[in-house]
Parts: sequence; structure tokens; C-alpha cells
Amino acid sequence: MSRIEQIRQNVLKKNDLLAAELRNRFSGVGVRVINLVSSPGAGKTSLLEYTLRELQPRFSVAALVGDLATDRDAQRLSRAATKVQQITTGTVCHLDAEMIGTAIADWQLELLDFLFIENVGNLVCPASYDVGETMRAVLLSVTEGEDKPLKYPTIFNSADFAVITKIDLAEAVGFNRDEARKNIHEVSPDLPIVETSARTGIGMDLWMDRLERLSHTRGDLAPLI
Amino acid sequence: MHELSIAMALVDIACEASDRLHVSKIDALHVSIGPLCGVVEEALAFSFELAAAGTPVEGARLVVQQAPLTAFCDSCNEERTIPSPQHLRCPSCGAPTPAVRSGRELELVAMEVPDVPDRADSSERPEEKRFARS
Repeated sequence: MSRIEQIRQNVLKKNDLLAAELRNRFSGVGVRVINLVSSPGAGKTSLLEYTLRELQPRFSVAALVGDLATDRDAQRLSRAATKVQQITTGTVCHLDAEMIGTAIADWQLELLDFLFIENVGNLVCPASYDVGETMRAVLLSVTEGEDKPLKYPTIFNSADFAVITKIDLAEAVGFNRDEARKNIHEVSPDLPIVETSARTGIGMDLWMDRLERLSHTRGDLAPLI
Repeated sequence: MHELSIAMALVDIACEASDRLHVSKIDALHVSIGPLCGVVEEALAFSFELAAAGTPVEGARLVVQQAPLTAFCDSCNEERTIPSPQHLRCPSCGAPTPAVRSGRELELVAMEVPDVPDRADSSERPEEKRFARS
């Protein structure tokens, strides 16, 4: 015979507690943390390269780069940021709060204005893991097609901001912008969207503006004009 | 597939709970997963057996209940159950419903344990196997 014991406990409690601690630390020293999530090849590193280059003259910026095996992305970025650190996850398909905490354990966070976290390229797993970010930005490249948000509603719904990337290729690949926007809003009705190209610079002003107007608290985003 | 990490976290909290309850065996875990928590039931079930091996949770049944996705509809001024995470719209009036109220949860709701409490000292238990992150 069995008896039933009520437990009612969040399975990811440990991660969520660590993430809350990180978030407190980040907001305590005034560093804004942006978690970039997307499928592999959507252009996280290119967006980040551009962003770091633009911010660096006026702000102190750093990046943590999650990758399964190589440090190629970290190498690309190290030219444009104050500090870049690679987190090689091995077989783990996402970054979690513990990995972030370990990576920044001896950092002087108070010297930073922005910390970018380039998550592992994956539209599924990173959705479940809070890493203490101020803003989670999901990228969708025009080459992936308009229906990605419907296939991966969870990650789009968990994001605070959507960036459509490689918009300069939209015509060449027959990307339907209206359809993509409609699909994003089906799974996350109020999600702000910008269309960008890190190659030509189109739309990057809106992205940069959003970053600079970020406050230190998640969910406290000023509306896009 | 992150369900192995999730399954390991689940086994960890079940082991903690079994310590609190002074039981050395768990018959079943009841887990609630929302449509927006990002976990696939089949992948979790598969990973669960691996994660449970060698722990007090080994051999326990995993009973998964799908939690509903609910959101507040401003037009109807009422909380609604949303049939699909692919369309966050009120099923009654069709208005978009950004205000998700539930559906992101991933919760160990309850455990079935043998009715006779096992007061055995923890040193007498089968050796617990904890997985290091690979």
C-alpha cells in the first residue's frame, strides 16, 4: 500500500534561486544583462559583434559565450569587448544559472554596464533556464522561415524582445515579414520586434536604442516608440 | 535535449523529500508540466529512468499530468483556458491574451511512498548515486 505525500515543488527551484541571486547581484551593481537565444546560425555572434563594437566606446561591456565545443565565437568577439569568456558546455544544450555564476565568480561586476550572454544555439532547452538576465532576446533569421515561432512557442513566449536578423536577405529568400510578425504575436502577443541586419546596419539603431534604455529590472522595459 | 538535466533536478528534489519523509523507497512521482515549460513528456520519461538509477527513486513510476495553459482575457475580463500555446488567443472572443496566468510550471506535485514509514538511518540506505554535470 502506498500513501500520497503532497510536495508541490518547482523542479527547477535550484536554478531559479541561483538566477534570482544573480539578478540581485546584477541589479545591485547596475549591470544590464542580455540573454541572446536562437537556433544555431541565426546570427547571435554577428549581432553581438556589432552591438559590442557600438557600445564599447561609451560603455564597459562583457560577453559570456556558450558553445558546445569550440571557442570560435569567443575569439570573434574578443576584439570588440572589454572581457569575453567562453563557457564550453560539452554535451549540455543550454546555459544555466550555475554556469553563469561560476564563469563570473571572480569578475568585478561593478565595472560593467552591459553583460551579454550568448546562449547555446538551440530553440528548445534555453527556454527553461533563467540565467538572471535583465532581458531575454530571441533571434529569428529570415533564412529560417516565418513559421519558427509556431514551432517553438515556448522560447518566443519566454522572451522579452524579438530580433529578426539578416533582414537584408529577406527578398532573396522570399521572407514574408508580415507573416513572421503575425506568427510571433500569435505565441507572444505583446512581444516588441525589431528587424535588423548586422551586415548592413539596417534596424540596428532600434536595437541599440532598446539596449541603452534598458533599466536594471527584468520586465521593466520602456515601451518602444 | 535538456530533459536529462530536468530529470536529474527532479530526482534530486525527490531524494530530498524522501529524506524529510524518512522513506527509503518511492513508488511514484506525480509531476505537472505546463505547455509553456519547454519539457517534452516522452523525453522526460526516458531521461527519468537514467537519472533515477541507483537512487531511492529508482523503480518509481513517473506520472505526468499536463497542466492547463490559462491566460487573462482583457476583452472578456475573465481567465480563460487556452487550447494551444501556438495561438495565445481567447477561445471565446478571439482577442490576443498576453497575460499568461499558468502553463509555465514544472512541478513535483506529490509522491507515492510505502504506507509504513521507514525510519531507517540514512547510512543503511542503498548508496545514492549523484550525477555530475557532464
